[in-house]
Amino acid sequence: MSEQIKKFMYINRRAPYGTIYAWESLEVVLIGAAFDQDVSLAFMDDGVFQLVKGQDTVDVEMKNFSPTYKALGDYDVTNLYVEKESLEERGLTLEDLMPLTYEDEDDDWAEKDSIRLVSRAEMADIMDEQDVFFSF
Amino acid sequence: MAIEANGKTFETDEEGYLTNLGEWEPAVADVMAKEDDLELTDEHWEIINFLREYYEEYQIAPAVRVLTKAVGKRLGKEKGNSKYLYSLFPYGPGKQACRFAGLPKPTGCI
Amino acid sequence: MATLHTVNKSPFEKSSLDSCLAYVKDGSSVLMYEDAIYGAIKGTAYADKVAAKGNVNFFVLGADLKARGVSEDKVTDGIEIVDYAKFVALAAENDNVQAWV
Repeated sequence: MSEQIKKFMYINRRAPYGTIYAWESLEVVLIGAAFDQDVSLAFMDDGVFQLVKGQDTVDVEMKNFSPTYKALGDYDVTNLYVEKESLEERGLTLEDLMPLTYEDEDDDWAEKDSIRLVSRAEMADIMDEQDVFFSF
Repeated sequence: MAIEANGKTFETDEEGYLTNLGEWEPAVADVMAKEDDLELTDEHWEIINFLREYYEEYQIAPAVRVLTKAVGKRLGKEKGNSKYLYSLFPYGPGKQACRFAGLPKPTGCI
Repeated sequence: MATLHTVNKSPFEKSSLDSCLAYVKDGSSVLMYEDAIYGAIKGTAYADKVAAKGNVNFFVLGADLKARGVSEDKVTDGIEIVDYAKFVALAAENDNVQAWV
């Protein structure tokens, strides 16, 4: 009846403002969310900096797109894997990241965390299960 | 391209969206609606204001299905469906309402 | 000769900061801005590398810290937070400017 649902993973490895990669990735994720696929996002290496809370770009005169990550739940993008080792190497913990949540339709719209902290070994296993990668 | 509203000129892109969303004022929506043969009612404004608040919070214009779901949650189930939204904005609640609201074209509209 | 060395790339992605630290002389200055501000975060390998250069002056651009959500209390001790005006002043005060792009 329907096409096979594929597992799509977006790999985010760049910091947010020095290059356009982070914003491009986010836009592609939001556009791609219209297709019914199993989408997840991986944040590793400098990509973990994209989710740091308290970003304020007014003095550097760039668009602060960090609030847009909070819309991912509305777009049914609810699996954000963040690599623990990448955070630690950069002097960060989960506390330094924006809280990102979604409302679970199958559980009476209960609010749940979208961010899943995983080890490098776990990330490797998750990546191993994917059908398609989009690298940014 | 440009439109005239409230005695001022507002620059728009080739699809009629405001180039500088910071310039927006309600008169812009009225003029754009008139060009589409629409008269804006309180029901239209409810959606336009909702879109502006959504943009303020998330820095994107929501896709139609996201808008529909969010309107249903915030303004009531009877308004959170595409039939209602298309009755207000016949050219598409995402594209047309976002244009009136001074937002860019919705992210995720295909 | 006092030189102002500027670095604008993340040290976790590019070797610019490491190279800069390998060549910088005592009495000179290093200014981190744009993505290089990530090298100024406490508790990283770069915090130790900065501490090892006791006779070098370290600066980081506040606007770029703020843009990236890195609060001032997360900045490694011994790195001075500066504004754009101070950036210009440092460029003028030093005999030379070397950009590690």
